[in-house]
Formats: sequence, C-alpha cells, structure tokens
Amino acid sequence: MRIAGKGLIDRGTPVRFRFDGVDYSGFKGDTVASALLANGVRLMGRSFKYHRPRGVLTAGSEEPSALLEVIEDRQQTPNVRATVQEIFEGLEVKSQNRWPSLRHDLLSVNDLAAPFLSAGFYYKTFMWPRAFWEKLYEPVIRRAAGLGSLSGRHDEAAYEKAFAFCDLLVIGAGPTGLMAALTAARAGADVILADEDARMGGALLSDSGMIGGIAAPDWAAQVLAELATLPNVRLMPRTTVTGAYDNGTYGALERVGLHLPSTGDLPRECFWRIVAGRAVLATGALERPIAFENNDRPGVMLASAIRTYLNRYGVVPGKRITIFANNDHARQTARDLMAAGVKVAVIIDSRPDAALVEDCPVYAGAVVTGTRGRMALTGITVSHKGGNLHIDTDCLGLSGGWNPTLHLTCHMNGRPVWDATLAAFLPAPGAVPGLIPAGAASGVFSTQACLASGAEAAQAALQAMGHATADAALPQAEDAPYAIQPLWAVPGKGRAWLDYANDVTVKDVKLAAQENFASVEHMKRYTTQGMAPDQGKNSNVAALAVLADATGRGIPETGTTTFRPPFSPVSIAAMGAGGKAEGFAPQRFLTSHGASVERGAPMIEAGLWYRPSYFPRPGETTWRQACDREVAMVRGTVGVADVSTLGKIDIQGADAARFLDFVYTNTFSTLPVGRVRYGLMLREDGHVMDDGTTARLGENHFLMTTTTAAAGQVMRHLDFVQQAFCADWDLRTISVTENWAQFAVAGPKARALVNSVLDQPADFPFMACGAVSIHGTPARLFRISFSGEEGYEIAVPARYGEALFRDLLARAETMGGGAYGMEALNVLRIEKGFITHAEIHGRVTAFDIGLEKMISPKKDCIGKAAATRPGMLGPDRQQLVGLKAVGDAALTAGAHLFTPGAAVNRANSQGYVTSVGWSPTLGASLGLAFLQNGRARRGEMVRLVDHLRKIDLLCEVADPVFHDKEGAKLRA
Amino acid sequence: MPSLIAKSPLDGKSLTMGGVTLAEAVPGPITSVAPFAGREAELSQALRSLGLSFPAPNTFNESSGDLIVWTGRDQAFLIGPLLEGLPAATTDQSDGWAALSVSGPDAAAALMRLIPLDLRVAAFPPGRAARAPLNHMAAVIWRDGEGFTLLVFRSMAQTAWHEIETAMKALAARAAVGA
Repeated sequence: MRIAGKGLIDRGTPVRFRFDGVDYSGFKGDTVASALLANGVRLMGRSFKYHRPRGVLTAGSEEPSALLEVIEDRQQTPNVRATVQEIFEGLEVKSQNRWPSLRHDLLSVNDLAAPFLSAGFYYKTFMWPRAFWEKLYEPVIRRAAGLGSLSGRHDEAAYEKAFAFCDLLVIGAGPTGLMAALTAARAGADVILADEDARMGGALLSDSGMIGGIAAPDWAAQVLAELATLPNVRLMPRTTVTGAYDNGTYGALERVGLHLPSTGDLPRECFWRIVAGRAVLATGALERPIAFENNDRPGVMLASAIRTYLNRYGVVPGKRITIFANNDHARQTARDLMAAGVKVAVIIDSRPDAALVEDCPVYAGAVVTGTRGRMALTGITVSHKGGNLHIDTDCLGLSGGWNPTLHLTCHMNGRPVWDATLAAFLPAPGAVPGLIPAGAASGVFSTQACLASGAEAAQAALQAMGHATADAALPQAEDAPYAIQPLWAVPGKGRAWLDYANDVTVKDVKLAAQENFASVEHMKRYTTQGMAPDQGKNSNVAALAVLADATGRGIPETGTTTFRPPFSPVSIAAMGAGGKAEGFAPQRFLTSHGASVERGAPMIEAGLWYRPSYFPRPGETTWRQACDREVAMVRGTVGVADVSTLGKIDIQGADAARFLDFVYTNTFSTLPVGRVRYGLMLREDGHVMDDGTTARLGENHFLMTTTTAAAGQVMRHLDFVQQAFCADWDLRTISVTENWAQFAVAGPKARALVNSVLDQPADFPFMACGAVSIHGTPARLFRISFSGEEGYEIAVPARYGEALFRDLLARAETMGGGAYGMEALNVLRIEKGFITHAEIHGRVTAFDIGLEKMISPKKDCIGKAAATRPGMLGPDRQQLVGLKAVGDAALTAGAHLFTPGAAVNRANSQGYVTSVGWSPTLGASLGLAFLQNGRARRGEMVRLVDHLRKIDLLCEVADPVFHDKEGAKLRA
Repeated sequence: MPSLIAKSPLDGKSLTMGGVTLAEAVPGPITSVAPFAGREAELSQALRSLGLSFPAPNTFNESSGDLIVWTGRDQAFLIGPLLEGLPAATTDQSDGWAALSVSGPDAAAALMRLIPLDLRVAAFPPGRAARAPLNHMAAVIWRDGEGFTLLVFRSMAQTAWHEIETAMKALAARAAVGA
C-alpha cells in the first residue's frame, strides 16, 4: 500500500497497466514491482524448478524471482525483471513458468516431489534406456522447468548500436558516482555518467538521510542538475555497463524505448561501445539474503528493498514487518518504517552483542528458523536463547550483509580478494587496467566515505591522464561504521534457499560437497547455483560460504566462480542491431541492376553482389529454357553480360612488371603494351589462389583482373607481398573495380556489335587491348573471352554503365542476340573447360588443374617452391577432368566418383564433381570434376554417387574442354 | 552523335530528419595519387602550385575548392583538379565512389552509430580525415565544415544511405521522446 507524501513518484500522473489480465494503476516513476506491491499484489512468479510461489526479493536489476513476460502486439519479451520494468500507459505483463495460472500451477506438484529433485537428480535418474533421454526425458524436463517464452515470430522492432568516447566513464550514479562525475566535470574533463536506473541517484534515492544539510535525493538532484548544464558531461540513464574489455572499452546496454509504448523508429535498446581514458566503478553493493527454512515465501525480501520501496516509491510491502539481520545497516530500514508510521513487529539480530535500543523489540542472538504462508507470508518462527516463538508478520526483511558490486573487475580474469572484517569480497587492485573501484563497490559503506572515495577516484583518474584537477568540497553526510558478524545459513532440516532463481538450497550445496564436487566451479555446475538470469548476484557468496563450511576450508581458499560479461542480460537483438536479413552485409548493385530487373531477371547473390541469373522471355516457364536459349544465342549470334564484378587492380611503377612476374606463376615482363595475358597466382603454400587476365596498358602500367570472389583477397595479397617482400620497389597498386562498368560481348557477331557502338571500329586480334571511345566517352576495350566464342569486354566509367548496357542490349536484340545471365555464363565456361572458384577452391594445385607448365622454370614466384613439395604432383593427385553423362542423365555437383564395381564408401572415393550444367551445344549434361590420376583416365567410365540427391549413375571421363578444343573461334 | 547518359550513384538524393541532413555530394573528379618511389618531393612541389600539400595520415587539406585527402599508405585522393604528368601513379576514381554529405548539429551523433571513431569536433576537427568502417563498408571520411563528407564504394551506395538513414530515424525518434 502507498504511504501518503512519501516517494519520488509523480503522483500527478497515474498510469494504468495490466498484469495477468487484471488492470492495475500506479504512478509515473513506478516499476512493475513497486506498483504491484502498492496494489497489494505479492505473488509475482513461480520458481524455476519447484514452481514455488514467489514474490519480489529485491528492488534492483539483481532480482531473481519476479521475472515477467512483457506482451506487445508483435513482441513477447521473457524474463523481464519486475524491479527494472517501468510502468507506462497500456503496459501488459504476464507471469511466467506456470500453468494454468499463477495461483493454480499444476507443476507445483514438483514441490511435493522435492526430496527426489535434489542436485544431480537428472544425472542419476534418467540414465536408461539410453534413447529415452533425447526423446522423452529431456523434452519433458525442459517443458517442466524453464522461464519465459518467446513470441515465435521474427523480432521486427528497431534496435541500435552506437559508439561513445570520453576521458572518464563513471559507472553508477549513487553518492560515489555523482561525486566522481562532479569532480571530473568541474575540472573540465569529458565525462560520461552511466547508470542502470531510470532515475539517477542510486542508493541516495532510497536514503532518508541528509547530505550537506539537504535530503539525500535532493542533493542528488542538485548535482545532476549541475552536471546536465555542463557541455562536457553526458548523462546516460537506463544504461547498464555490461562488460569491461581491452584498452578501456566498455559495453553498455541502454533501455531506450522499453519504458514507453512502442513507436516505430524508436529503438527498444541501444548497445553502446564506450571507449574511456579511465573509468570509475561506482556500482555500489548488493545486499544478500540469509538462508533458512522456507525463506522464499512471497513477502520475504531484502531489508534494503523494503527501504527502497518505502522511500523511493512510497510503498510499504506489509502491515506488520519484521527484520532479520546480522549487521547494523538493516536497522535503518526499521527506523524509516517506524518514522513513516508502519508497524515493525520485531528486529531479529543474529549477533548476541547487538544493540537492543530501538523503538521496537529487538531479539539479539536470535535467528529465524522457518516461515508460514504458501501464497504470501503470514508468520515466522524465531529461535533465541529463551526458546522458539511464533511471530505473525506479512513481510520479513533480510540482511545478511553487503557484497560490493565488483563484477566488472573480474571481466579480465581478476580474482576478488576476501575481506574477513567486511565478510565480503573486494575488487583486486588493478584487476582491469584504468578501472578504479570506488565507494561501496570497493567496500566503503558509509555515505560520507562514498562521497570521499568518489572524489578521490576521479582525482586519481584525472592525474593518471595528465588532466588538470580541481579540489572538490565534500558535503557532510552519514558516516556510521558497518558492523557485521557473518551468518550465511541458519541450521535446520528443511529446504533453505540460496539461489532463488535456480531453486538451489543449502542441502544441494552440501550434497555437492558430499559427492566430491568440492571445487566451487564443480559445485556451481552440479547444483546450477549462479547459472540463472541473475548469474548468482544474490547467492554466490553465501553458496561458497556454505561450501567452504561443508568442505572444512575457509572462504578465501574456496574462492569464487568467475564473473563474466554481461553484468545483466543483454538481448542479442541489441548486439546485432541493424544486422537482420539484408542488414547482415552490404548489398552491392551493378549499374545494370535496374535494366536487368526490368527484363524480369531474378537477381542472385554472388558474394555481396547481385547478378542476373537469367533473362526470361515470354513463353519460357523454367530457368533451363532461358539458360539453354541464352547459351545457344551466344554460340549462334551475340550475347551481352555485365562482368563489372570482377576485381580490377591498377598496378604502376618501374617495378610493376617485375612484381607481376613474382606474384604470377607465368611471365608478364615479356607482355607487349596493348596485350592481355592469362595469369595464374599461387598462395605461399603452393595452392592456387586465383586466376585472371592482366593487360599491359603502358610500359609501367598494368591492369590486373581477378575473379569476383577473390577480388578482396588478391588485393590484400598484393599489398602483403609488396610490404613484406618488395617494400623498396617502385610499385603502386590500387583497386579500380568500382570505377568501371564492364560488359562482356561474346558470339560470332560480337565484333559487329562492338564496332557498332565504337566511334572508330576496332580490329583487335585475340588478347589485345586498348583505348577506344563510345559516343565520345573514353572507354577501354579488351579482346578476351570466358565463353569460348569471339569475345570482347568493354569498360566505361561507371556513371555510363547503365546507358551502355541498355544500348548494347538494344543493338544485340536487333542482331538476334541479347543479354545472358549467370546460368548461361556458367554453362558456356563449363563447355569450354574454364575454371572458377568452384574448381580453384583452395585445395588444388596448378598440377591438379593441368596448368603446372604455367609455373615458369625461368624465375621464382610466390608459391613455386611449395608447389614442388612431395605430394603436390603426380598420379595420386585428384586431377581436373571433364565428365559427360550418358543420354539424358543429369550430373550433380558435389557427387563423389567411384571405380565401377568398387564398394561405395569414403575410402574408395576417387574424386568429386565441382561444376555441372546441361550443354545445349553438345546435348548432354557436362561436368568438371577432380578424379584421382584423372588425366590418364579419359574415356573411362566412372560411377557417380550423390547420396544427398539419391543419384547413382555411370558417366564418361573426358577432356575438360568440350567446345572448340583448338580455340579457333576465340581467334576468329 | 548521341552521348551516353551519365547517372550518379544516388540520383542526387537528399534527406533532412531531426538535426541531420544527408545528401549525395558531387565533389568533382577524384584522382588517386601515389608518388613513385623517391619522387615524393617532386609531387609535393607539383601540389604546391595548387596550394595543396601531400596529406599526412588521417588528414586532408584544401585550397580554393580543390582538396586532397589521405586514403592509405603513400596514397591520397586529389579531388577537383585534373593534373597531367604528376610524378605519381594516378588512377581515375571519380566513378568508383558515392559521395555523401552528412551535416547538421547531430551529424556526428548519427555517424557514430556506424563509425567507431570519436567524430566530435574536439577529436575530429577541421583537417581530419580517416579511412574507417561505416558499419561493414570501407569508407573515407573527412570533416567538411560543420559536417562530414564520406566516400563509399559506388556499388554500396544504397546500403550506406539506408544505414545512415536508419541512424537518423533513431536519433529523431529519440529526440521526440527526449531520450
């Protein structure tokens, strides 16, 4: 219920929302948890394994129990913490992991079966029959356990990624962080202050004390107001710093639109990468519960959470509250409650020497041994030296002490250090370079000490960066000492929860120790403690203390498990923002793209490029019809294809020819100006990297062509070779791929078509090149062919690409020709035995493709030595061959080849098929393949087996060049 | 004789949203310039006649509308003038790139969703340039007065436009709710 006049919520702005189909009302500034508590709703979820009724344990992002699904039109977000989700008009949330309803959950039968469901139960029970695990046990267990569910639809919402830079990143905006930010900001440093909460101020927002004579939340507001006016400060609320990475880089998740009704372009979340000169870790500390029997009832929560609900939200979660603590700090919760007129029934303090003076009864040296109330707490049993007694209460506040929030200091393998006085782990010094833990995160717990620690950390950071500093005056604040006597678990027979989120009890941890899972990492995996969405924030230290006790070791020897990023859950959608579907990679469009699409060509991806597959004509119903026609067209008249995707590298300098001799297996220094030569390039390991043609445009000027697939790889290779082996050569290379639109014109009428667009007819012999002009536009012409027909490639500056493509097509069509696509291009080159990266896939040598004679004996080249190693040559190698099917049978790429009669198994595979196509020219299905000792086996029949497509047939081994073996057409 | 029709990569598009204006830019002819070995001084001499100097890494300089920007090891793009006979390897890059102008008070914020550099004026002042990834694309970027000019591969112009536009939409939507 609400307490009049208390809290930082906006009482002028009521907000309606819906939980499990029921409408509730809260105020702007409420979380789902605070608004539900204000409405008297205490049951918010079911536990993971036993389906126990659960309420809210905390008031922060560490919440293990009150996990909800947020329901939107096209979204369903599971495992949202009720303590983090702000309410907004129309918000709909639902409890999860229950059926049919939260109050009546059939699987709560698990709770009755608890004696059988202890740690390791699955491993021991579901051993056999073996096949049942996958088919029966696992699906049933997965259905029974688990958390929220997804919508099952694609996430179409907007997400964002962004980068930020600063001198000082302050993580957390409580007293420490505010003071650190203020100190650095006043000194003129570029500051980012990030805080996971919607409202900055951290613990000060829950604090009833004074700072510098004004109320703590007012002081926070005053500091924030000053920071907001400074141009060198960026305030990032709702932003959780989730990970610490190398070189001062931090990952952070900002909840941009999750507190608002969804609006189209507003990102739900933004994943930030923040690069900071230094960072101050001012993340505060998390209170820990105490384990005792049935300590998980709705109504049992942390003492600090009660204080937050009271002071920040004006909500009290009970009418008759009790507190169970092992330290002084929790007293403040009781005092704040009483000051607000709320009944505190008793404070149970486990310390025998605890102070007894409060405005309510205090039992020193006492412990809570049990609770009652299935759907909500109704009472507790207390044991003290006078015996046991029962106390009626509807809300029990726990405080087992405080754990500094040091997670980020462990992200680079730092191990925290145990402090026996504080009964807590503290950050190891220098655990993350440049990250300075301060305030409660470093084990300093009074407000006064936190303010001082924040200022000091900022000064240290500024000095380390060589930045000017300014003295910061510290206001006066509460400075009480922190007195604690460790109490982890109250002895007892029943189940005492350590990890609320994964239903791990003290018994489970003891069982792990008993079964010799005694290392903390083994215990974690055996019991699943710390593996839930809260990642053990509420339970790690207590669990390892119980383990230490059970194994007879101390806590420092037992150690902790490893905290890894992210600090709190990060949605994959935020990290992958913009990368959905086409956003996965850039799309590269040809200048002819529009003209091809207009002609109905389906565009297919070739690397990042989109290329036309084929150009259908009226009456054609299958791609094969179009492809066959296009092949016949090129062989019979003339075809035009956009080949701009091939890599083009401009190479200049006095040593350019020498360089080409070095990177290509064959010689280019002898190539005359105005001529083109085919070249083969090896990797350093002697395998084929790429092939292509290189033109000599001038004495010291070459233009290399690469395949589409390897354009980037070859450019990188040339750069590497130049820098690593010939840094002092006079040599300059640069990609000019994008500058030119280049079109292949092929077929018996190619020359006529080319000449029809040139301003001066060209009479180029095969493998010649030179400058030409088209309608006054300077262009380049190459007489080369990838089809086996007389072929030319014309290049114009890309701005003219579309115009030239349209012009060439119009002219070709009047000559009986037209455009051809990738399918026809592929068939044409298979008929001619030309290779692509289907063949030179990285595991083949020049010998394998029959080009070993292209490795010049007169000079060295990259890969030459490696290409002659044993095993790289000879009859044991699988060599490039042609395959020809018998009759109408169709060969398939990827099929393996076997000697007829031999058993079809892996060991007997003689090779494999790399490319296939139906040749309208030869009226047969043709293929290129690698076959063991293949060149000596021409004319032989081999058995082709494709297990995937269920094909098994005989085909003939042939010369890979099926069409125009002598090359007469090329040279026509 | 009919001439071939020239088309720019983005048909001269422009878009203003929130505090950002995105527009296709027309920077003029682009020539890559890479001095031949041992001829750096000669090249500098030749550039001086235009009031330019060969740029140090991550910089550019300009003079009366002509601009030269560092683009890589011993390499720069000369934008504007066409010079014959430089003691350098030169190539025409005019058609290889789509030029984008991103300006307005939120220009840096928009681009810092895609480019992992501090583009705020204190860290990226006039005279600064960089080769940097624009999300998954290779880009050249330099500060152009209050805004920036970017070069991306011509074939990727649509993707670059789409990604910057998406960043602008997010910023505008944030501004609308004060986030």
